[in-house]
Amino acid sequence: MSRIQQTFATLKQQGKKALIPYITAGDPHPRLTVDLMHELVRTGADIIELGVPFSDPMADGPVIQRASERALAHHVSLNHVLEMVQAFRMKNTTTPVVLMGYANPVEAMGTERFADRAKAAGVDGVLTVDYPPEECGEFVRLLKARNIDPIFLLSPTTEPARVQTIVDMASGFVYYVSLRGVTGAQNLDIVDVAKHIAIIRGKTGLPIGVGFGVRDAATAKSIAHVADAVVVGSRMVQAIEQSSEQNVVANVAALMTELRSAINSN
Amino acid sequence: MQMYDFPDARGHFGPYGGIFVAETLIEALEELRAMYDRYRNDPEFLAEFEHDLKYFVGRPSPVYHAKRLSDHFGGAQIYLKREDLNHTGAHKINNCIGQVLLAKRMGKPRIIAETGAGQHGVATATVAARMGFECVVYMGSEDIKRQSPNVFRMKLLGATVIPVESGSKTLKDALNEAMRDWVTNIADTFYIIGTVAGPHPYPMMVRDFQSIIGIEARRQMPELIGRQPDAIIACVGGGSNAMGIFYPYINDKDVRLIGVEAAGLGMETGKHAAPLTANSPVGVLHGNRTYLMQDENGQIIETHSISAGLDYPGVGPEHAWLKDMQRAEYVAVTDDEAIQAFHTLCRMEGIIPALESSHALAYATKLAPSMARDQVLLVNLSGRGDKDINTVAKLSGITL
Repeated sequence: MSRIQQTFATLKQQGKKALIPYITAGDPHPRLTVDLMHELVRTGADIIELGVPFSDPMADGPVIQRASERALAHHVSLNHVLEMVQAFRMKNTTTPVVLMGYANPVEAMGTERFADRAKAAGVDGVLTVDYPPEECGEFVRLLKARNIDPIFLLSPTTEPARVQTIVDMASGFVYYVSLRGVTGAQNLDIVDVAKHIAIIRGKTGLPIGVGFGVRDAATAKSIAHVADAVVVGSRMVQAIEQSSEQNVVANVAALMTELRSAINSN
Repeated sequence: MQMYDFPDARGHFGPYGGIFVAETLIEALEELRAMYDRYRNDPEFLAEFEHDLKYFVGRPSPVYHAKRLSDHFGGAQIYLKREDLNHTGAHKINNCIGQVLLAKRMGKPRIIAETGAGQHGVATATVAARMGFECVVYMGSEDIKRQSPNVFRMKLLGATVIPVESGSKTLKDALNEAMRDWVTNIADTFYIIGTVAGPHPYPMMVRDFQSIIGIEARRQMPELIGRQPDAIIACVGGGSNAMGIFYPYINDKDVRLIGVEAAGLGMETGKHAAPLTANSPVGVLHGNRTYLMQDENGQIIETHSISAGLDYPGVGPEHAWLKDMQRAEYVAVTDDEAIQAFHTLCRMEGIIPALESSHALAYATKLAPSMARDQVLLVNLSGRGDKDINTVAKLSGITL
């Protein structure tokens, strides 16, 4: 059983929902990332989504774009991100880490070399935003052969037949994008989300995470009603952006505590 | 002989092209692919396309024998395919006419586009105005500074120009931003991509709409010289004017196809925009796999060219494939060489070429002297240079 599967199994037993915060590796500074990861776990993260900075993050809104730019200003590469995961694993061997990023840095490293190194570093899942299932069969095979879960996005516009194709290829969990648009967009419609989640549940037993529009404790709580995991990205990155290096860890912890208690209050 | 038949059903040109986008865009691309499939051979659609090309754009564009220029270089005869004479001043309008007719049939009254030099933005604003559609153009704030006359043109045509401040603030970032708009407003918005890049079906669709250039040339050359030219030369940024003139000639194996990239300050300086000539690593950007200018970590690097329209780190996937198949050759000329060709054409023929097209011209003037006087080069003069007079004046130390 992979670390991600183990995490969801344990939560299910406890009747709890997963909280998955996203931060971009190297934002605001590479030396803070591992500390931030530990703090996320301490304040209630069940899985950490770690963004791999990319120069052209087409699917991201302005908040996560700026995080990428801050990280790239410190020359944070995929190599560095893997080193950060490795450093995190020195003290934490239980919390799953999912890398989220774009295809080009992975291809520049070489897909097989990346898969080997990700495994060695202790990565549990990989979400490559611009790899739709039709273009990444070989990559998914490489990941699965190393017991790394390939995570895929599903969107409100994904046709039911395509949902089936994607969930058949995915493992660990699937990530439902709760609205049309880029990361950090507004106006999440919870009734619509619930409807789509029901369709996905009809096709897979995989846990379902929901993200792209979780603004605050209230939306986190309402998502937790219908999904297995709540993914908080832009809001988390915003807290980082609005902090100084001195208070960033404390501010992230405060936001996490608020989100965790909202999700647990279900 | 095997006939050339690319891309495949999922947009692959050999290992290049494809659909590399987030799941949020897949349905919109599928809808576009299905609609384009339905209309690409539809007689009524094609009749309307041809009608607009004739009466609104002013096609066919002539092929002109640049006799003084040819005599000056003393070798092959240089002919120019005059895309600069099109309405709005470049080949870009051909594609915009095609895509806006598709938008009309899809019932999408909001048009968005990205632009670098502003030519595609102007062409998009033009077709949107004619249809009475809303038009939003994304343009890097660096390019807005470089191309202010085109920004004003777009505004005159009723378009909203949104400055893009992210990344390098140029064409690639404008493309990112237009994609973000599209994914957010898919229901009522049609994204007119201006070059033969992006996810399938864009590279194929833009090529098809632009291939009117080569179709005409293939008919015009025998009328003028009794045969096809020995070589066709076109500049390549994303590569739409080159694909447009190359494509109808792909099965004419005797005709050399030469794409000219921007060598900027010189290939050896690294400050260029020539991924094919430099043999850059293959990667994934803007929805397709192609040769890409990137660092060792897979981050896209900033490119350099005097010509904003060639200042792009990737290249259309079909060009990548034609390079690998050795059906087309790719070379690069520097900023200085392009500028020199720009001035030469002004003085020799009374034609002010776009800086983009000046790259193709520069290579033609290098190649011609090594050829016989009865050999023929056809240069795609993709645009006129009125938009570039500020850039050229500045280089000469003149403020307009």
